[in-house]
Amino acid sequence: MSIDKSEIEKIALLARLKIDEEAIPNYQQELSNILTLVERMNEVDTGNVEPIAHPLDIASRLRADLVTETNQRDNFQRHAPSTKDGYYLVPKVIE
Amino acid sequence: MAELVSALNNKQISSEELTQLYLDRSKQFNDELNCYITIDEAHALNQAKHADQLRADNKATVLTGIPIAQKDIFCTKDIKTSCGSKMLDNFIAPYDATVVEKMNAAGMVMLGKTNMDEFAMGSSNETSYYGAVKNPWNKDCVPGGSSGGSASAVAARLCPAATGTDTGGSIRQPASLCGITGLKPTYGRVSRYGMIAFASSLDQGGPMTQTAEDAALLMNTMAGFDAKDSTSAAKPVNDYTASLNDSISGLKIGLPKQYFDNSLNPEVAKIVETAIKELEKLGATCVSIELPNTELSIPAYYVVAPAECSSNLSRFDGVRFGYRCDDPKDLSDLYCRSRGEGFGPEVKRRIMIGTYVLSAGYYDAYYLQAQKIRHLIRDDFTEAFKEVDIIAGPTATGPAFKINEKLNDPISMYLSDIYTVSVNLAGLPAMSLPAGFSGDLPIGLQLIGNYFQESRLLNVGHQYQQVTDWHKQVPAEFK
Repeated sequence: MSIDKSEIEKIALLARLKIDEEAIPNYQQELSNILTLVERMNEVDTGNVEPIAHPLDIASRLRADLVTETNQRDNFQRHAPSTKDGYYLVPKVIE
Repeated sequence: MAELVSALNNKQISSEELTQLYLDRSKQFNDELNCYITIDEAHALNQAKHADQLRADNKATVLTGIPIAQKDIFCTKDIKTSCGSKMLDNFIAPYDATVVEKMNAAGMVMLGKTNMDEFAMGSSNETSYYGAVKNPWNKDCVPGGSSGGSASAVAARLCPAATGTDTGGSIRQPASLCGITGLKPTYGRVSRYGMIAFASSLDQGGPMTQTAEDAALLMNTMAGFDAKDSTSAAKPVNDYTASLNDSISGLKIGLPKQYFDNSLNPEVAKIVETAIKELEKLGATCVSIELPNTELSIPAYYVVAPAECSSNLSRFDGVRFGYRCDDPKDLSDLYCRSRGEGFGPEVKRRIMIGTYVLSAGYYDAYYLQAQKIRHLIRDDFTEAFKEVDIIAGPTATGPAFKINEKLNDPISMYLSDIYTVSVNLAGLPAMSLPAGFSGDLPIGLQLIGNYFQESRLLNVGHQYQQVTDWHKQVPAEFK
């Protein structure tokens, strides 16, 4: 099962990963190998089987709608790459 | 660790002296083995002094004053937490993981943070940004992964015990390769709060120790419901040490046909069979069982785990914490280059696979199919546990391999997880015990238990360790 260059570029974009042009053939090879490995799943007919997301059948726990966390913005921003007045700074998004 | 508890209680040594001993030893050998990413001497000695004071005031509990090494995947407040990655090389955690908090509250002393495969992805501790960890039994060989630093440190006696995490075998396999005891608890038994997430439905933290008894002592501190972990099990915690000395007469051990077929390394087979005979001498009986979907566990795992990791690692975006690339042109460049430069090759490989299998048009063929297979695998175990009490087999496909041997062949590395990954898919508890040597390299026995049966596993492990001494072996250089 082989993956073409444009597919790799598309996945890299979805994953927001910069991949060098020269590295693309390597990714094609590696991902194709892994997909060949996982193709073996199709040897089994799983027609009636329910998919499970979780090993044990647990439901999400609910709790009372009460405030339990305190604002720790300054603590959490202490090691941020770039902040100002409590905001995280990034390159301009909207022209 | 149990012996150290006595020594502290009998005032043969203080926690401060004990901590200094392990700190000196850790510093002495770290260049050679590369087990630790961070050794925080000041912090450790502070905790040790506090522990000695607690003991003096008669407020000490069982593990007060005992040194421990934490895998660098657990957030430790105000101390670097790197997850073995350039992405978090500059990350100082603003809070403690629940596991760390519980151990601190018990008065334990943290020596440092151990090395690991980057973001817990790997079976050899070769993918770490901080370099490969060496196996103390043979420094040309890997310690296993991803908890390689913890395994190596315990095996070389640089610490009495350490924590690890296990998503597809990352506690058990390094325990096997380094000749120590490692337990992966039932999914939900140990809190994942503050444990940097790889695959949320598979990850579980656990003890890596010299003995089953030590693992039981640590489990008493580590296990338990945590409101901050939405997948935490509400089930009450046993005293894991209470049943260590129970007889295992009448225990029914299942031996899966699929684990003991022609592909099993004959040396591993011999060691595992000898170990099982020891359990039979103690009164256990063996039954052959089937785990028919074993082969499919690898493809299912290598869809589910990368899929979950691609989602979990999307939080590393260079915006709020962690690595940010220099001079980003625009927001997209900031994301793409921070992630492209911050993550290593194995991590990027798994993110790409995960993104692919979750993307439109492929979700059903891969992810959904993998989740159905997961159901079948779980049911295989449920069926088996109707007949038997525990399941035994090998942990790893062979002894530790040489560093760089498998680095260019990720598939071969993935296939070596065959005995461990189905346990994570099913969410069961499992343990690796030192059971012998292939040449000078350790081989582990794996025991798999039913849900929340850690006590039983630890009991069997302890009984095995009363009649064998594999767990007492230390590499010559590190005696």
